[in-house]
Amino acid sequence: MLNRSLAPHIKDAVEYSISLKHPDIFKLDNGIDVYNVQAGTEEVVQIEWVFKAGNWFEEKKLVASATNFLIKNGTTKKSAYEINEFVDFYGAYLNRSCYNETAVVSLHCLSKQLEHILPLVQEVFMDAILPEDELLIYKQNMKQRLAVNLKKCDFIAGRKIDALLFGDRHPYGVYSEMVDYDALNQQELLDYYNAFYKNGHCTIFSAGILPSNYQQLLNTYFGALPFNKGVVKEISHPILPSTQKKWNILNDPDGVQGAIRIARACPLPTDSEFPKLQVLNVLFGGFFGSRLMTNIREDKGYTYGIYSYLMNHIHASAILISTEAGRDVCEATVKEVYHEMEQLRLHEVGKDELLLVKNYLIGTLLGDLDGPFHIIGRWKNLILHGMDESHFRYYVDTIKTIEAKELKNLAEKYLNPDEFYELVVV
Amino acid sequence: MIKFDRFVLNNGLKVLVHQDQSTPMAVVNILYDVGARDEDASKTGFAHLFEHLMFGGSVNIADYDEPLQLAGGENNAYTTNDLTNYYCQLPAENLETAFWLESDRMLSLAFSKKSLDVQRKVVCEEFKEHYINKPYGDVWHMMRELAYKVHPYKWMTIGKELSHIETAQLDDVKQFFFKHYTPANAILAVAGNVETEHVKKLAEKWFGEIPSGVKYHRSIAQEPVQQEERRMTVKRNVPMDAIYKTWHMSSRFEQDYYATDLLTDILGGGASSRLYQALVKEKQLFAQINCYHFGSLDKGLFTIEGQLVKGVEMKQAEDAIEFELNKVRNELIDERELQKVKNKTESVMAFEDMSVMNRAGSLAFYELLGDGNLMNEEFKKYQDVTTADLQRIANDVLKDTNSNTIWYMAN
Repeated sequence: MLNRSLAPHIKDAVEYSISLKHPDIFKLDNGIDVYNVQAGTEEVVQIEWVFKAGNWFEEKKLVASATNFLIKNGTTKKSAYEINEFVDFYGAYLNRSCYNETAVVSLHCLSKQLEHILPLVQEVFMDAILPEDELLIYKQNMKQRLAVNLKKCDFIAGRKIDALLFGDRHPYGVYSEMVDYDALNQQELLDYYNAFYKNGHCTIFSAGILPSNYQQLLNTYFGALPFNKGVVKEISHPILPSTQKKWNILNDPDGVQGAIRIARACPLPTDSEFPKLQVLNVLFGGFFGSRLMTNIREDKGYTYGIYSYLMNHIHASAILISTEAGRDVCEATVKEVYHEMEQLRLHEVGKDELLLVKNYLIGTLLGDLDGPFHIIGRWKNLILHGMDESHFRYYVDTIKTIEAKELKNLAEKYLNPDEFYELVVV
Repeated sequence: MIKFDRFVLNNGLKVLVHQDQSTPMAVVNILYDVGARDEDASKTGFAHLFEHLMFGGSVNIADYDEPLQLAGGENNAYTTNDLTNYYCQLPAENLETAFWLESDRMLSLAFSKKSLDVQRKVVCEEFKEHYINKPYGDVWHMMRELAYKVHPYKWMTIGKELSHIETAQLDDVKQFFFKHYTPANAILAVAGNVETEHVKKLAEKWFGEIPSGVKYHRSIAQEPVQQEERRMTVKRNVPMDAIYKTWHMSSRFEQDYYATDLLTDILGGGASSRLYQALVKEKQLFAQINCYHFGSLDKGLFTIEGQLVKGVEMKQAEDAIEFELNKVRNELIDERELQKVKNKTESVMAFEDMSVMNRAGSLAFYELLGDGNLMNEEFKKYQDVTTADLQRIANDVLKDTNSNTIWYMAN
């Protein structure tokens, strides 16, 4: 008779050795670095062109994101529709995303279609015209999107907490208002495009099943472009955090939930303390079995979900606790968050719970490294932060070896309620 | 081409195994053939609430999540109007932990009062977060009731109203469990770095002894053909007017499903689609517009939804949609345009199949449709669609008498 109350033997995930598959690294003729992970089971590719063109470099709000958005909305030879139709016809996805330091153009397509699409990508980098009529449509539609978002407590809370942490003039804390869209003009975008794309700094990250002539293809289409000529000017932005720690905002008098954000600054991802904080974060609020989730969702039922995060910025980082809770239990939720901080400051985590967190972290890391897109994603994160494989190995070692005492010390250092911003938006 | 083995245990549990040695992980996916369409009209939201309770401890194991996390695994689940799916991923060496956990909760739940009390609250917060405290969040509640008069698709998976969840009783939970959570109503798909023979042994060991239960035979009243156009107008505290239109379409099992799916791509799939190009870019009547459907197993809803540019009249916006629909009704679509949406479909399928988790989920889903191997035959069915099919579907489906329209007005 099967004894179902007895768990099968497990191999502790901490016993796994984890390595990060190395990418092929090469340079194009003009000096662009390419990192490529050749792997996978499906005949698909992903290529990302990462430009130093995020909002860190803009002198006026929204110029970086508007330029990034409009980059594929017309060239001297093709209209926005012709570009979209061309990309769609080959079953490809040409997307763009603007972040703080970087702005990215990414391509996903079947391996067999790659050669068709690359000339178009080149055209977008050299010959985009950011048309006036497309800019007008963009402004109008983004303003409408903003108007809808301003009704949502989680949206208001998300941007407000960043502004509290970094100041609303810092690239990490800045947020857009209607007038900022109105103030955009085409010439500024063209200037930004010219400086930060056409004559900008680019790095390529790719993965999947790339054709055998891949390096040659990249050189043909991107190796002679005027990228990476000069040094990108270093810019520093002062962090001006709010002096007021506690905020309550009433955005919707009829709201039935409140968005809660609790946050404070913490060391950078490059800091040796950061990987240890990552373990503490998981224990505290980083997964379904965390202290916050177990108490506030699974015991009290105050929320559908509550998580804590470490921000992954390059120049400044923070610990952030985030949830939406019933309006009448927002105060109780905040109290419980602080209670869980206190528990971590006062008591060492038990042996079993620590092993569980370690096994969970290693197990999910194994899963996260599954597949070429995930592997190149890890490398991209390391490289953009100026880190290398040794940082990854140190992270894995930290998970495996960190002790309860160290976590308690970290909690004493970083989980003091007085040092957190506390924000509730209804 | 996704290769797999298939076998059935004596108690009726269907098992599919897909091996991929390039990963160190294993995925265990269990699909139960029960969704919101199987609920009683006075106890809606139950299938989904029940999904939450599946994590509240089983007869021999106090907690589901902890042992899985200890084995380096993670998991999740979702409920739709048609089905409930549970999946976990863990290092392949620890595969047996997943069998132990999944089989025990198929054997029986702990039926904990505390778990029910807490999860009722959690689901109520989920309801508020997604459907009450969001602009336009209540639209599908209204649209389903407008479009379906008989079929249980008339309520959302989350439930018709909060009170149904708030009043759920432990007895209801027990009845639901023993009716639906049986080997005969389940499909187990195991994928990743696994061997079929090993999976067979584990399946026999852990699931083999579970009583098969009574196979649940669904008898859902199908929606009668709609005979008249239905419309409603609501005023809400939102910043912009929006329009929602649906038409009854084929079920997931009919040949016409594929042409209908492609027609939604022609009209609203991405930046070169017709509605986006004509109404957002050229006429600038809409700030955004989409065309899609839900892939429902029973007859579903072909949907167009759009948010109007501030100041545009609703009538003018709707006429402009109608103008585009008339084109697909009256003119054959260009071959290149059809080829475009087929190419996109091919690409989407390849990207979906990249993850072992998705492959396991798809195998279980296609087995529910009748045969796991349909997963490999699907693209051929899209390739067979002709421009004439699209025109026929446009005329059959996109008829006024088959339509439901909501004018969602900013007050």
